[in-house]
Amino acid sequence: MLPKERCQEIFSEILRYSDADETELLLSGGTHQLTRFANNTIHQNVAEEGYVLSVRTVYGGRTARSTTNRHDPESLRRVVAESASLARQQPADPELLPMPGPQNFRAVERHFEETTAVTPQQRAEAVVRAVQIAEKNGQTAAGTFSTGVGVQAILNSRGLVAYYQDTHAEFSVTMMSPDSSGWAKKTSPDIREIHAESLALRASEIASRSRNPRELPPGDYVAILEPAAVLDLIGFMFFDFSGQGVRDKRSFLTDRLGQKIFGSNIHISDDVYHPLQFGPPFDGEGQNRQAVALVEKGVVNSLTYSRRTAKTMGVEPTGHGFPLPNEWGEAPTNIVVAGDRHTVEEMIASTERGVLVTRFWYIREVDPYRKILTGMTRDGTFYVEDGKIQHGIRNFRFNESLIDLLNSTEMLGVSERASGEESFPMVVPALKVSSFHFTEVTKF
Amino acid sequence: MHAVATRNRSMREYAETVLDHLDRREVQYADVRVIEERERNISTKNGKMGHTSSEESLGLGVRVLLQGCWGFAATDDLSADSLAAVAKRAVEIARASAMAKKADTILVPEEKIVAVWNAPFQIDPFSTTVEDNLNLLLQADAEMRAVPGVTLAEASLHFQRTRQFFMSTEGSAIEQTRVVSGAGLVAYSFLNNEIQKRSYPNSFGGQYQLKGYELMEELKLVENARRVAEEAVALHQADQCPQGKRTIILGSSQLALQIHESIGHPIELDRVLGMEANYAGMSFLTLDKLRNLKYGSAIVNVVADARLEHGRGLGTFGYDDEGVPAQRTDIIKDGLFVGYLTSRETAPALSAKRSNGTMRAEGWNHIPLIRMTNISLLPGTRKFDELIADTDDGIYMETNRSWSIDDRRYHFQFGCEIAWEIRNGKKARMLKNPSYSGITTEFWNSCDAICDKNHWVLWGTPNCGKGQPSQTMGTGHGAAPARFRNVTVGIAYAS
Repeated sequence: MLPKERCQEIFSEILRYSDADETELLLSGGTHQLTRFANNTIHQNVAEEGYVLSVRTVYGGRTARSTTNRHDPESLRRVVAESASLARQQPADPELLPMPGPQNFRAVERHFEETTAVTPQQRAEAVVRAVQIAEKNGQTAAGTFSTGVGVQAILNSRGLVAYYQDTHAEFSVTMMSPDSSGWAKKTSPDIREIHAESLALRASEIASRSRNPRELPPGDYVAILEPAAVLDLIGFMFFDFSGQGVRDKRSFLTDRLGQKIFGSNIHISDDVYHPLQFGPPFDGEGQNRQAVALVEKGVVNSLTYSRRTAKTMGVEPTGHGFPLPNEWGEAPTNIVVAGDRHTVEEMIASTERGVLVTRFWYIREVDPYRKILTGMTRDGTFYVEDGKIQHGIRNFRFNESLIDLLNSTEMLGVSERASGEESFPMVVPALKVSSFHFTEVTKF
Repeated sequence: MHAVATRNRSMREYAETVLDHLDRREVQYADVRVIEERERNISTKNGKMGHTSSEESLGLGVRVLLQGCWGFAATDDLSADSLAAVAKRAVEIARASAMAKKADTILVPEEKIVAVWNAPFQIDPFSTTVEDNLNLLLQADAEMRAVPGVTLAEASLHFQRTRQFFMSTEGSAIEQTRVVSGAGLVAYSFLNNEIQKRSYPNSFGGQYQLKGYELMEELKLVENARRVAEEAVALHQADQCPQGKRTIILGSSQLALQIHESIGHPIELDRVLGMEANYAGMSFLTLDKLRNLKYGSAIVNVVADARLEHGRGLGTFGYDDEGVPAQRTDIIKDGLFVGYLTSRETAPALSAKRSNGTMRAEGWNHIPLIRMTNISLLPGTRKFDELIADTDDGIYMETNRSWSIDDRRYHFQFGCEIAWEIRNGKKARMLKNPSYSGITTEFWNSCDAICDKNHWVLWGTPNCGKGQPSQTMGTGHGAAPARFRNVTVGIAYAS
């Protein structure tokens, strides 16, 4: 692991080689171990460690970046020289701002020794327990159990020093019967929150309940979306909450800032300090991250702004910028959707006729301004009638506008830290929506 | 900037050192891949630099088979202590894998190979100046922005050189160097609550091939920039693509992605065997379908071909990451499904005596997985103009905008950037927001015409995701425009 002191030593050496007006160093990397299982056995089992350092130099408004994973003096000298050479071949950028100076960062604690101590044997033992559950229920298990430690640091020649370490742990499991499947997943910085056995039990139960799936005709249904399904859908809209995206007219929020485009029960913020969130309290330039109320009572209240975008748009930066130089600007990555008190069971009990979705798969954007998405249901899709789950159903394709979705939300669950496969983990509730457009059905 | 594996110790020495740390009495098989990579990425946006960056990396990964189970460890710390530690770690991980073993992993035999293989190119892209690269993109950018109504113009290029040394306990020692180039542009137009875009020569960054800077010259970015920008603006005035069952003709880049999703992925034998079930999913192509399933119509012939003779695609190489030589494998022959993509570990499931050489890893820090090589639809006999003239009522669609398929690769839906109606053998009005959907085998069985080799392009898909931890791989797909009958069109916008 790269301690803060070593980052500072590397930066001192970088500065010795640099004659730039300004010099910035980004360091990132860590360790990652992942045990992968399928067909009730471990079939892949990996570990990696690596650290990259990335140097940005500025010469008279010209800037460029060069990156290496070599830390020896000769490589440090060359990465600085390469960055300088690239920068000097650029046209001057009149919008380029001076690098930020020292910042005071609010502390976040996302590093847990218990996570760093997990061994390959412990991961294998958890897999064995999951496999036992599968075999007991006549199922086949597949999944992953991963742990790791990450480090991110930004230092620049104006005195900024930003340093962050965290840990991560994740267990994901799919249980398969001959004609159905179930899935569960949990992500946390703290291994003590990962209960592999209970996740395996949940996935197994979903697979059992969805046996003998029947085909339901496509159409508009009331839908109950588990948190993983919610986050994988709404994750497709947050790159649009970017000042630069609106400035470029590529965001669906172009001409919609300040308008009520979602239901009054929709409140969304970006808050890296939320106790269930992940990541460092600074952005790609080392700017302090602010908590931002993106949507309040359905109204698009605010976007995120890097320093550069904020300056050009006459607003304050929010600390969501990507490392420079980039053409994207910024985006929120610590999404918190406010929930309510309802349980999924209450949502089911209140539904006359509808569909319960465990997760979605292969979601893609069909229309960038109407924000229509397509994708498939997967690993546990159920027909609900008269307040009860009736049976599993064959998987649907959907084509659904996120704007319509968040205007038809009837019930919200308790917000939780959820993780899916199509987007980054978020704090989101389960949702019950009055209309969801399932357009076609597949063969299983 | 050059990563300098050879400046201090050679890649071979690193590999030998790691293998020397393994106890050959205990380890059944091991291989080491030492990889040195160099990249350049440049983009422009609305007449300015978007980003300019370079990247180099050097590291190694060791894969160990012990007690019939795999362990893998990777590091970019190439000190003597670290090389010993990484070997030890891979062994420890393999031992842990054995705690959940059901059966021994068996590798089909492979010959010992000692070879050097370098991908051919004409102009080393890293010999060109960043200034010249930027000028090319800015010229294309200016052409796009000269069209009134264009609200965002972007262009980008990418160069990558990968040098790899593979060494195994079976005595193979293979050095390979591959140079990949890619470039493309996109024009956006926002008007009346609608965002339209046109990309050239393809979406998702353009065209990528196993070529040097000569690809930049072949693509003619500047010459095509104004046309596609005009099309992006014109789309606002176009009629919405109708909904219903229609005859469609797909342009070659869209057909390449159709091949990728609905043929390339389902033929991966690791998916078929359940090894990707938790993430990428499985496949409808269960083993009983081999040589029994009528995948497509009789004119559909698909191969997996990693050899240079097939073309310089992202799936072209000399040897895969298990040291297996590049091969050509029939996948669909005269419409019949006849072949999977295999590895040394999965080939026994087919009682095959040898892997067909498709294992590739993203970088030094990942294990190899079965990946598409160049999965190509062989050309047919039709001229494109003749195909249009032969179509009374249809829709011609071009350039992918969205793509989605279920986790067994049955049901797909694609959206394209632009389409034209075909009426009485002529390309007629422009249509916006085209989309189509279907079931894989029904779709390929509805193919009744494929254009000839003059229209065939080996497209590069640089962003194929698979595996846990996720790996991104470049794949190749040769395709010429083709016609399909009775296809569901327009349902994406039905709501």
